[in-house]
Order: sequence, then C-alpha cells, then structure tokens
Amino acid sequence: MSPVAALGLRPWADGALELTLAGEAACLLPSGALLLAGRSTLVVADLHLEKGSAFAGRGQLLPPLDTRETLRRLTADVEARAPGRVIFLGDAFHDHEASRRMSEADREALEALGGAADLVWITGNHDPEPDGDLPGEAADEVRLGDLVLRHEPRTGPSPGEIAGHLHPCARIATPRGAVRCRCLVTDGERAVLPAYGAFTGGLNVLDPAFAGLFRKSPVVAALGDRRVHAAGVRSLRPDRG
Amino acid sequence: MADAAADFPLLPSGFADWFAAQGWSPRVHQLEMVARARAGRDALLIAPTGGGKTLAGFLPTLVELEARPRSERRGVHTLYISPLKALAVDVERNLARPIREMELDVTAESRTGDTGVARRQRQKVRPPDILLTTPEQLALFCAWEGSRLYFEDLSCVIIDEIHALHASKRGDLLSLGLARLSALAPGMRRIGLSATVDDPDVIRRWMGCGDRPVDLVRGPPGAPPQVDLLLSNGRTPWAGHTAQHAMAEVYEAIRAARTALVFVNTRFQAEFAFQELWKLNDDSLPIALHHGSLAPEQRRKVEAAMARGELKAVVCTSTLDLGIDWGDVDLVIQLASPKGASRMVQRIGRANHRLDEPSRALFVPANRFETLECQAARECIAENQLDGEPLRTGALDVLAQHLLGCACAEPFDEGSMLAEARTAGPYRDLSRTDFDLTLDLTATGGYALQAYDRFRRMVRDSGGRWTVRNAEIARRHRLNLGAILSPEVLSVRIAQGARLVGGRKIGEIEEGYFEMLDPGDTFVFAGQVWSLAGITGMDVLVRPARDSDPKMPSWGGSKFALSSHLARRVRRMMSDSAAWAVLPPDVREWLGLQRRHSRIVAEDEMLVETFPRGRRHFLVAYPFEGRLAHTTLAMLLTRRLERAGAQPLGFVCNDYALAVWSLQPMDDVNMDDLFAQDMLGDDLEDWLAESFMMKRAFKGCAIIAGLIERRFPGEPRKSGRQVTFSTDLIYDVLRRHQPDHLLLRCARQDAAEGMIDAARLGDLLARVAGRIRHVRLDRLSPFAVPMLMEIGKERSPGTAGDAILAEAESELIAEALA
Repeated sequence: MSPVAALGLRPWADGALELTLAGEAACLLPSGALLLAGRSTLVVADLHLEKGSAFAGRGQLLPPLDTRETLRRLTADVEARAPGRVIFLGDAFHDHEASRRMSEADREALEALGGAADLVWITGNHDPEPDGDLPGEAADEVRLGDLVLRHEPRTGPSPGEIAGHLHPCARIATPRGAVRCRCLVTDGERAVLPAYGAFTGGLNVLDPAFAGLFRKSPVVAALGDRRVHAAGVRSLRPDRG
Repeated sequence: MADAAADFPLLPSGFADWFAAQGWSPRVHQLEMVARARAGRDALLIAPTGGGKTLAGFLPTLVELEARPRSERRGVHTLYISPLKALAVDVERNLARPIREMELDVTAESRTGDTGVARRQRQKVRPPDILLTTPEQLALFCAWEGSRLYFEDLSCVIIDEIHALHASKRGDLLSLGLARLSALAPGMRRIGLSATVDDPDVIRRWMGCGDRPVDLVRGPPGAPPQVDLLLSNGRTPWAGHTAQHAMAEVYEAIRAARTALVFVNTRFQAEFAFQELWKLNDDSLPIALHHGSLAPEQRRKVEAAMARGELKAVVCTSTLDLGIDWGDVDLVIQLASPKGASRMVQRIGRANHRLDEPSRALFVPANRFETLECQAARECIAENQLDGEPLRTGALDVLAQHLLGCACAEPFDEGSMLAEARTAGPYRDLSRTDFDLTLDLTATGGYALQAYDRFRRMVRDSGGRWTVRNAEIARRHRLNLGAILSPEVLSVRIAQGARLVGGRKIGEIEEGYFEMLDPGDTFVFAGQVWSLAGITGMDVLVRPARDSDPKMPSWGGSKFALSSHLARRVRRMMSDSAAWAVLPPDVREWLGLQRRHSRIVAEDEMLVETFPRGRRHFLVAYPFEGRLAHTTLAMLLTRRLERAGAQPLGFVCNDYALAVWSLQPMDDVNMDDLFAQDMLGDDLEDWLAESFMMKRAFKGCAIIAGLIERRFPGEPRKSGRQVTFSTDLIYDVLRRHQPDHLLLRCARQDAAEGMIDAARLGDLLARVAGRIRHVRLDRLSPFAVPMLMEIGKERSPGTAGDAILAEAESELIAEALA
C-alpha cells in the first residue's frame, strides 16, 4: 500500500485534504486549520497574534495588521465549518503583553469568535500565562479520546499527539521550480500542524528539529493558495539562502 | 619652461612645467575644466577613454589647492565618488604621481568599505584634501552627526563614471547625498565625468543642483572604432546562444591579439566559452575567467594579473564593463548578441586607451538573428547613434532611507528638507503629498492605523524638527543603508573529506540555480567541472570531478534586453531586401527562405504566424522589443487566449519573438483584438498583483526603505544578505488591508520599469495596432525554428548536449523547408 493510501490521504471539498491521525479522521483546511469533524473541533496552532507590533517595539515597523488578518481567516473558517469548539495549540499570542496591545476592533473580533464557539487556549512558550480577560478557558494540554493536543511535540514516540510549535514548512521541487509553503507533517501516528498566523515564518521539515519525531517516513500536507497538496519526502528540498 | 607657463595662463607655472616635462601639452578640455571651475560653474565632462578624463576632473582642484596654504584649509576640499571601490583606489594611486612630481602639498586618500578602522577614524579627525570614495560611503557620511562640520569647507565633488550611476536607485540615493552636501557647503561645485552618451542633457539635469545650470565640456572624439563581424564561412547556426561554431576562430583572434577581452552576456556563456577555449588551447595561452559569481578574491586575482599584463585574454560578463584601465588590451570580442549600442561602445572603449588609434572589436553572432543585430550595432556605432536613457523619477523608498539618515545626523525641518530634496535632479518634481507620505513611512511605517505612534523611528523635537528616536535606531540604520540589492545567494565551497563540511569558497550562485541538479550531478563553475556533494544551510558543497559531459544549467537570460534603438534598426534592416546586400550570404539565404515560406513584413508592421505542429498549435509573434516586454506580453496573451478557449499550454520568449502553444488552433483568432492595447489595463494589473515579480520588487523596496533589515548589530557580514522577516507575508497582508500603502506603489513602479518593461510594451502595442500581418501556415517557418529550439531548452534544462541540440535543429529546419 502506498504511504498516501496508508495515511488515508484523500482530497476533500473546498481544497481540503482528509487524513487519518491515530485512527481518527481529520481534515486539513487550506487555511492551515485542522478540523476534527467527529468531535466538532477546529484546531489551530501558533497564531502569534501581535507579532507585527512586537517587531515594531524593537524598531522594525512591520504592518500592524497581522492580528486583523489572522482573525479574519479564523472567523471565515469558523463560519464555514461551524465547530462547537476552537482549540488554540499554544503561542496564540506572540508575547505575554500581546493580548493587551490588540486594537479594539481585533478584540471585538475575538469576542465574537468566543460567542460562536468554545475557545480553549493551550499554553505555549510565547504565552505561558493566559490572559484572564480573554473569552474561553486555558489548558496545558487537551485529550480527546486517543488524541492528545499540546503545544510542543514530545521527543521520541508519541502516538496520537497533535502539536504545533515547530512551524513546519516544506520546500517542494517541481519541474518548474521549487515552491516553499507551510505544511502539516505526519506519519499517521502523530502530527505537527502548520503555524496559522499571518506573520509566522516556517522551519523546513528537513531540519534536524523534526528528526526523531516520526517512526516511519512522514508525508507533508502542504498549503497551496487554494488547496492542500500531499507530498512525500522525495519531493522535499532543504532551504536555500 | 617659462614659455610653457605663458602658453597656459590658467595653469600655475609648476603645472605647465610638469606637463612639458611629460612631453604633453594640456588638452583643451582639461584647461576648459579649470576655466569653468574658476568661474564657479558646475560642469559635465564627456570624453572617451584615454582622453585624460580623470586628470581633467582633478586639475581644477589641484590648481586651487596649490594656491591655498595648508593653514587656510579646514576640511575635505574635494570629494571624489566612483561606482567601484577598485576605481577609487586606482585613482588614489594615479593622483599620487602628479602630486609627488609637482611637489604639491596635497593629500589624497581613498575610503571604501574595505578601508581599515584606524584609517577611517583618522580620516574623520584629520581629513585629507581629496577624499576618494563610493556612493554608499557618502550615504554613511550623511547619517553621521559630524557631517555638517566635516563638509562645511567642501569646494568640489567629482562624480566619475556618472553614466553608469545616474539611472538607478543607487543614483537616486547619490543625488540626495549631493543635495545634502550642497546644503552643508552651498559654494560646492559639481563635476561629472562621463563616457560618451546619447543625451548629455539627461545627466546634466540629474547632476545639477536645482535649477543651477551645468556646463557641458566635451573631450576630443577618439578615432572611430573598427568593428568586424565574424562570418564563420556561412556556418552561423539558425538558433542557439553559445557561438560554439565559432570558437576556433575566436581562439585564433585571441592568439593574434596582444590582450583580448571576451565579453559575453550571461555567466553560463562565460563558463561555456571559457571551457571551449581551453579545449582548443594547445598553446596554453593564459586565458582567464571573470564573472559575478566567482569569489571576490578570485576576481581580484584575475584583475591584478591583467593589470600586470600577464594574461592573454579574459572571458568576462558585465562585471568588467567598468573598471580600471588596462593599457594592454587591443581587442574586444563580443560573443553573441550585443543588446545595445551604448553598452558596446563602453565595452569597445576598454580596448586601446590611445585616442589616435582606433579600438578594435570583433562581433561574433551566435545565430542568424544575432547576425542582423550585430550588423545593426556596427552601423549604430559607426554613426554614433547610441541608446537613449529615459528620464528617471526618484524612488520614494530611497528617499525614505535618506530621510532617516539625515535624522540620524542632526534634526531637520521638514519644509527645508523638502526644498533640499527637490534640488536633487530625480526629485525635482517631488510633490508635498509624496514627501509627507514618505516622511510618515520613515517615521511610523506609513500604516493607516495609528497603532505605531509610540514606536516611531523618527520623532519631532521641541522645535518641531525631525530627529531619530534613539541611538540604537541610528546604529541599525547605518548598518543597513545603501541601495544595492544582492540576490539571495549560496556560497559554493569545496567539500572536505567524506563528510559534508565546507572548505574553501570558490564563489556564489543565486538561489534557485541548483533546482535541477541532484547530488552526484556534475556541472561547470569557475572554469572547472564539479560534482554536487550536497547543500547545507547557505553552502553548496562540491567536489572536483572529471566529466567530459557535465550538465550546464542555464543561468537565466541576459540581464540586458535588446535596446529599442537597436531593435528598430534590426526591423528596418530585415524589412528592406535592398539592404540585405550588406549581410552575409547565409543570412540572406535564410531571410529569402522566410520570404518564400512565410512572409517578410514592413518595418512598421508585426508578423504573427500560426501553425500546427505535432498535437499542438503554435502562435509566434515577432515584435523585436526585447525579452522583458515579450515575457509580459506572452503572459497577457496567454490569459486572453485562455478566455478565448484556445487552451494555451505555455510560452517562450527571446529578444526577437515570442511563441505560445495551445491545444486548440489559433488560426481564427482575431489578432487585432488579441493584441489590443487595453490589455495594459485590468489584465496587466490582475496579473501583476499576483505575480512573483511584485513580491520580489516589494522585498527590494521594503529593504531600501528600512522596513525590513538586512543586518542586525553584531551580526557578521557573512550572513547579512538574509532578511529578518519574510516580505511575502507583509506583501499579502498589506495588499488586502492597505492596498494604497506607499511601498506597494513603489514596488508597482519598480516592477513596471525593471521587470516587465510596461512602458516598452505599451509602445509596442501602439506601434503595431492595425499593422499586424497574420500568416496561417501549415508548418513552422524558418524564423520560428529558433523559437522552437528555445522550447526544447526550457523543457530539459541542462540535459541537452550540443549534439542533441544540433540534431534537433537540423530536424526543425528540414521540417520548415519541407
């Protein structure tokens, strides 16, 4: 059986890609959110809200628009999929001051999301102490059946784990040149989700940080402009420059 | 001796004696420059190489300094600016001799990025009379707190090789630096030194201070160059870019010359020609290689060997278009398309620096279209018809950088700063609105949300003047300034031992070059065959290899597109069969075949051919407007053909033509509609917004404006080319949430000018409107053969050996003539 079939990879509606994680059906949306339809749960990792203003504080005037853009995407996903719950997989905020730097409009957008679904904030290394003023509840990790959702992937085997933290990116070679994009990486037993934030960069999945996470050769589900593409390790290339 | 002085009343007697002792007489233009200086006038000197141009530039300064005792000098008297570090150092050396021999009490020192810290410090404390430097160093001076004191006594600024500087962002930044200098030292004169140009007024307007006129001084014209065309006994191929057929003749020409410069258009061609020449090099002639990807040390070595007269030839790219003079060069060979007449004059000027003898050049066309182009270039050069440069409008991202620099030096008043910026040629029409937007971009990032008021990089002081917020921002600005953008590059290093550890660096190659190579593949670089061992981080690791058939991934096309001036001549030459007489027989025959099998159109018409081939249908158009404009046109045509249901599959372009292929026939397409000028409206905007070119242009603007930093304090220079944040993410967010942001506008302008040649495409569409001659053929035409060869190349880059290409070509020719 091909690895693609073994992982249950199957194109889904609206450019999404269906996959099986530790025996459970999941679906990666082109935005980078993971939908666990059976559990009415949408999982998003590493939003890094207010990263722009964090850079601005240090003298690099990136646009103060990343929070607005990230919440726009998330609101669109929630409206389209209507999950009962949204789980933030840690590093939702770029730093512990970030939630207080949010503009009024962005805060209102977040409140509106809290009204549409239950929000669960898993803590991350950038935001170890959740802001009590935010809608929803905080957690260190969340268990859903055989699945365990946490921010940072454990080293060594960790079946059923869905994590973020590493911001996986794939550089995929095609005959017309290489494309670099955010991706989910999985061996069917565990997965690392792509960073969801508008200003989040990425770490190539060939980086040593990913070595040792997977028992067998992983596949990536790469986020194209409008749909998710599956790719095996043989099409992956290291970063340049 | 007294006579010498009496003959030249403008020169002090010591000077006249010195000229006499050299056996020279001061040239008219040299004396003219002294006269203009004495009258306090700005002047542009246009003279060919070998005309004593540098001395003419410095003569007024030396005369003035001779008359001024050291006790009356307070700072730098003359600032000399050259586009090349090496040139600044070379001029320092060349000035030393007259200063020493005339026993002048004058100090002249260079200051470049390579100058040591101790010397730089000393230059700040004890300024030399003449400081020789680069535009980037001037920008650093402008951002220095001591600049006002340092330059208040400045009398003169000399800009060398001004023709190579003015029409670029580097030129924009330099023009603003000059405006600053004039504000600090209002009496300062400006001198420009230029090679022969089509329209000196463009440079005069660029270099003048506001409305102050710039006098034009012309050196004597040199002897007209003698340019020959290599005909290769009628063996010039129909297609291809390597000129492999002519290598034996090129080798013979090198052997017969004293020293030859062999210019090519791309680094791939440089490597290829170098390999081929060494295959023939039974005499072991010292032939070297020089191009932008070789390690700087290696390039310096070649330049030094050249200066010592140890080399027979150097195969080089535009990296040697400018540079210090090498007296021994007596032949310039141009392999493949010359692209433009001005560049060729510049290149040919690198041979023979004696005015009274003609420079010798040999054009080697690589295919028959290029034979036409070479012939057109010969005629342009003979008639001194050079390519014109359009007037440039100063870029606002560059202005943003300059404003922060000025704020680092001292607080400025925004009204006077606007007036000062308007005295810079490229910014003379700067509007108050654009200035305010740029000021806001510099201070806060220019975002509609007022979120960053507390993060301003510039703030107003109590008097309402703008100043940098803190020393840290000033320090980072100085680390990141300049308007030269290097592409992302990887270092090529020799792998050490079996493990992938990088050893000696042999050069740098742009990101993306190794896309098509896998470990174990062999390729040619720096004149040798290597095998790719692997890539780690920023390093490409290679091992020496013995492989007679290495892969040769194409290094992209030439940086330069065929100039419109030359293109017009090629069109005229082709359309008029009476003019074919000057062409070699093989090219005449080929044109005749085209006339028989398809059509030759009039100069103001455009030929479009459609024909089936295999299971595809082809459309080939021949606008002769350069690769950039053709690529943009092909992109837009493909979108239109898609909507028309032709199901286009792909396209290729070169400097002469473009070919689109599709699943459905295009014989019935209305060509006037297809090429209608309205494609420059929404179609262009839609395509451009999504294109990688906009993202690339945006990245450049964001870096120059200082929104994104190349370097952090304390970081080694080595890793400095990586930016600290992905500009694509910023581009996407800005485009959605603030589409009128100033940097998007700057990027749009850069892309339109530099990458897609929108203006030239507009001219093209206007030119051919109503004059398209559509020929429906049942097979490809002789002209289409080279285009179909380009397709083959695109599909399997690097894998097609010359034998395969030659075979493919003869099959295509047979098919065209069937």
